[in-house]
Amino acid sequence: MDLHIVWFVLWGVLWGVYFMLDGFVLGAGMLHRVLGKSDTDRRVVINSFGPVWDGNEVWLVTAGGATFAAFPTTYALMFSYLYTPLLILLFALIVRGVSFEFRGKEDGALWRGCWDWAIVLSSFLPALLFGVAFGNIFAGLPMDRDGYHGSLIYLLNPYGIVSGLLFVLLFLVHGALYVGVKSTGDLSRRAEDLAKALWPPLLLVAVCFLGFSNFATKLYDNYLAAPVLAVVPLAAVAALAAVRLFLAKQRALAAFAASCVTILGVVFTGVIGLFPNLIPSSLDAAFSLTIYNSSSSDYTLRIMTAVAFIFVPIVIAYKIWVYRLFRERVSAETLAGDHEAY
Amino acid sequence: MDVLTLSRLQFAVTSMFHFIFVPLTLGLSILVAMMETRYVMTGNEMYQRMTKFWGKLFLINFALGVVTGITLEFQFGMNWAEYSRYVGDIFGAPLAIEATVAFFLESVFIGVWAFGWNKVGKKMHAASIWIVALATNLSGLWILLANGWMQHPVGYVLRNGRAEMVDFMALLTNPFGLLKFGHQVVSGYTVGAFFVMGVSAWHLLRGRNREFFKASFGMAAVFALVSSILVAVVGDFHAADVAKTQPAKFAAMESIWESCRNAPMNLVAFPDEKNQCNLVTALPIPGMLSFMAFHDTNAEVRGLNSFPKEDLPPVLPVFLSFRLMVGLGTLFIVLAAVALFFHRNNLLEKYPLFLRLLVFCIPLPYLANQLGWIVSEVGRQPWIVYGLMRTSDAVSKNLVMSQVVGSLIGFTLLYGLLGFVDIYLLAKFARRGPEETNMGATGAFGK
Repeated sequence: MDLHIVWFVLWGVLWGVYFMLDGFVLGAGMLHRVLGKSDTDRRVVINSFGPVWDGNEVWLVTAGGATFAAFPTTYALMFSYLYTPLLILLFALIVRGVSFEFRGKEDGALWRGCWDWAIVLSSFLPALLFGVAFGNIFAGLPMDRDGYHGSLIYLLNPYGIVSGLLFVLLFLVHGALYVGVKSTGDLSRRAEDLAKALWPPLLLVAVCFLGFSNFATKLYDNYLAAPVLAVVPLAAVAALAAVRLFLAKQRALAAFAASCVTILGVVFTGVIGLFPNLIPSSLDAAFSLTIYNSSSSDYTLRIMTAVAFIFVPIVIAYKIWVYRLFRERVSAETLAGDHEAY
Repeated sequence: MDVLTLSRLQFAVTSMFHFIFVPLTLGLSILVAMMETRYVMTGNEMYQRMTKFWGKLFLINFALGVVTGITLEFQFGMNWAEYSRYVGDIFGAPLAIEATVAFFLESVFIGVWAFGWNKVGKKMHAASIWIVALATNLSGLWILLANGWMQHPVGYVLRNGRAEMVDFMALLTNPFGLLKFGHQVVSGYTVGAFFVMGVSAWHLLRGRNREFFKASFGMAAVFALVSSILVAVVGDFHAADVAKTQPAKFAAMESIWESCRNAPMNLVAFPDEKNQCNLVTALPIPGMLSFMAFHDTNAEVRGLNSFPKEDLPPVLPVFLSFRLMVGLGTLFIVLAAVALFFHRNNLLEKYPLFLRLLVFCIPLPYLANQLGWIVSEVGRQPWIVYGLMRTSDAVSKNLVMSQVVGSLIGFTLLYGLLGFVDIYLLAKFARRGPEETNMGATGAFGK
């Protein structure tokens, strides 16, 4: 078995699962002021992901760590080339985490209002930046013998912006659906209505993204070479349609599940298209970072494969247990009896 | 100033800020777990209130520890791309394993613990804080194995223009990493123990919740004494290992310029880096340094002048930090012993001056932790990987000044603000008694 391919798949899985899990926290974070008319409503939204957001974010740390361990050259160049966007992303993730913790620690409207807006902004920026970054990775970064020739402004090219919008809308719908299935009464209904309202713009941007990818990227080459792979983007599109169908049938949980599949499908559509590149060069294919020219030694890949195959299933098992443990909907009543909540 | 200096400064700022929160997490997680275990075993409600009161402070601190840790993982790639590229084959592994094996466990079960009071049984609830405590320590092990490799690289060969791992077991059993881990975790326990003693002393001085805070104080005092003694014992072995593996750092720690056998330990010394000698040395204990380093009074200790000048670390900060750290470590043992004695004999409230002293001592173990890292990291210079790669060769090549100036200013402002809010909240909830923390209707969470 070619361990480079194993780690390429694992790399895609880590990012995909991260976006699927943190996606609803980012989405709900962006929406909690819109959805929550009162402070209690907002607390319901925040506490709906309270027990799980931290564990979700670790998928990002693991994706970063896995890139470092398995593809150190990609890790080094990707992180140093994308210095400024990553910095903004870091600041946002830092602010988001402490905002959840600090928001409920004082009663004042000013205090809570400040942390509320901090949550909105620090949820929006990562969603946008991840989209912009991945869009640019799909399209290839301008790098050659002399290094990197891009900048933050360069990354905000039309394709990068469409990808950013796609991520923002995916996460908004995903977050609204999550709040829908995790809250009660009016709040839950408002969230589901919002998911319905956001679905047409998401579809529009998704269509733009798929069409634009044909011109801005070489993602489709792999699909032309092996048409069977097209099941992945088709599954993503079908899942996106299913989101709306399930919503129409008042089956919010099924709609949320379909949204999970959509996000995984979008990530894998891109990742499959990249193969065997991790980051293509838009200037000269000789300088693309591939799973072969940027990887660790076979010995290291073997060690890391053993670790991943033993521990990732364990992680998944206890995460499922925790999601089941906190499956109950959150409401003003459940919060009133819980003094340890956010 | 150049990109290299600014990147070093940024790494210092971000890692030292991160390390304000880590030691308390290490120590307080275990103390809270012991409190909850007592609650489960005795059924005594006071221990449940104790768990919740100290647990609230733990969580406020924990949040900042988690978010500031991500910065460090990102920075290796952002600012130190050449380093990451050169050693990623061996250095990336422990970081990725830390995330997979420890960080997940910690972050998932902290959710179970914080939100699960009414969701899981008593025993499972106590088990979840033990899992958090264990995972936090395990996390430290992997991080320090990674750092231990930078200090004393093992299990690699130079191949394909980089350092490649050939012996994973050597990385895992690197004595440098293991000793550093041992020294570090017990230092964290000391921070947690003095934190609990100090806050308890503050309340005892005001005569509030006396039974509650005496019990907290008692647990912390035992923990403080055991951990501060272990810090010194493990630290001694660690220093002896440094003498073998990093003789230049060891010479800087002790400010020894000339190599000699039967080297004395100078109780008073002060380095003069320009003239490469000591300004003053006094009160030598003959042979003591040779004995401490090699357990043989006749062993030769290498002096700073026996190394090429370009391989020397800055002597003064390493020397001063080490002295101060050792002094503080000794003080902690004395304070912990007195605290335990007073507590056992019910004398605490007879000596309010001592209680007040303990309140002011809360920051000292934090300081000792930071000083230890200065000895460790500044003392390793000019190397990023000892003897293998220089820090100056490790910095990212594509960065320009404005990027790093911007990020350094950003980090300083953001961290300054968050640090301020964190201290404000910790002080607020520490001063609040346990009753108020748990009163639903009037507390911060009932509305």
